[in-house]
Amino acid sequence: MKLLTHNMLRSHVSGVTRGFPLIIRADEVKLNSVDFNREFVARMIPKLEWEALVQSAESVSITYLGHGSDLPRELASGYENDEEFLKKVHHVLLEVEVMEGALQCPESGTEFPINRGIPNMLINEEES
Amino acid sequence: MCLQDMKLKELEGCLQQVDVFESPKLLLEQYPTRPHIAACMLYTIHNTFGDIEDKVIADLGCGCGVLSIGAAMLGAGFCIGFDIDEDALDTFRTNSEEFELSNIDLVQCDICSMAPTNLEKSVDTVIMNPPFGTKHNKGMDMKFLKTALQMARTSVYSLHKTSTREHVQKKAADWKVKMEVIAELRYDLPATYKFHKKKSVDIEVDFIRFSFD
Ligand SMILES: C[S@@+](CC[C@H](N)C(=O)[O-])C[C@H]1O[C@@H](n2cnc3c(N)ncnc32)[C@H](O)[C@@H]1O
Repeated sequence: MKLLTHNMLRSHVSGVTRGFPLIIRADEVKLNSVDFNREFVARMIPKLEWEALVQSAESVSITYLGHGSDLPRELASGYENDEEFLKKVHHVLLEVEVMEGALQCPESGTEFPINRGIPNMLINEEES
Repeated sequence: MCLQDMKLKELEGCLQQVDVFESPKLLLEQYPTRPHIAACMLYTIHNTFGDIEDKVIADLGCGCGVLSIGAAMLGAGFCIGFDIDEDALDTFRTNSEEFELSNIDLVQCDICSMAPTNLEKSVDTVIMNPPFGTKHNKGMDMKFLKTALQMARTSVYSLHKTSTREHVQKKAADWKVKMEVIAELRYDLPATYKFHKKKSVDIEVDFIRFSFD
């Protein structure tokens, strides 16, 4: 699961109102190299939940870097012309991949496992 | 060669290399979109409507991924495949690794139990070949369509049986979306899905574009 996907997913456990952002537990992270598409990243940014992205980058980069991420808490104006910044966002959105771990619903605490890079959002009725 | 300018035949040739369901599950209606149909669909979506290049694309009931893989080859910004079945998703993953496509992500989920706010307006385009539904779960394709329309910002491309066109039109009107039948296809469904004695049966299927403008 890439962080761009994480930025869109919500918990749909019944009774949960927002269910976003899902808390990430990253046990194993893989770094891929993906071609940098400047236009795509620049167009994506205003559509993202920025705060959630910063948060998720933070928790995941601890696993693979041993320290937090360096994304700014708030978007600076004129970011679309800041190549270095766009590359950073590109890396966080598309190159970082959580292979093993889990997503946790922020309200109900329900866990959704991530195995071989695929989050399993099926709700296990017997469990709840 | 620039992939975005790929010829239809070349795309079809590539899609023939995509592995399909190892042991298809009948209840989940697991049959792949044939490479020829998939290539024609994607080619039209790309060339006529410009709904692939640099877009975020969702593929509902992605199976082994032929539609997403083709979209990624045509220059999609990012593709997310959703399917309920782990085995299909595993095959999908192997396929995308073999094609070295790295802007694809997969999620295991049940499209029918997705809350309406999940992934709301979070992708540009949805491209799908939904289960049509059987005796036991009629109207599966319409459930998929409803979810797809909630997720997409621009358009949804889907396949529906021609025999249900009027019903689909009525629903589209209820949901206030524009509907355009782009092509009528003949689709050879494995006979098992129709409890038929012949090996496969041709059914008529509409390739439809739904949009909000
Ligand atoms: C007709 S196949 C199409 C497969 C693939 N999209 C293709 O074009 O080759 C339908 C797919 O929907 C999946 N499916 C069936 N019911 C589902 C559900 N409730 N939620 C998510 N996926 C489902 C099946 O596992 C199967 O892969």
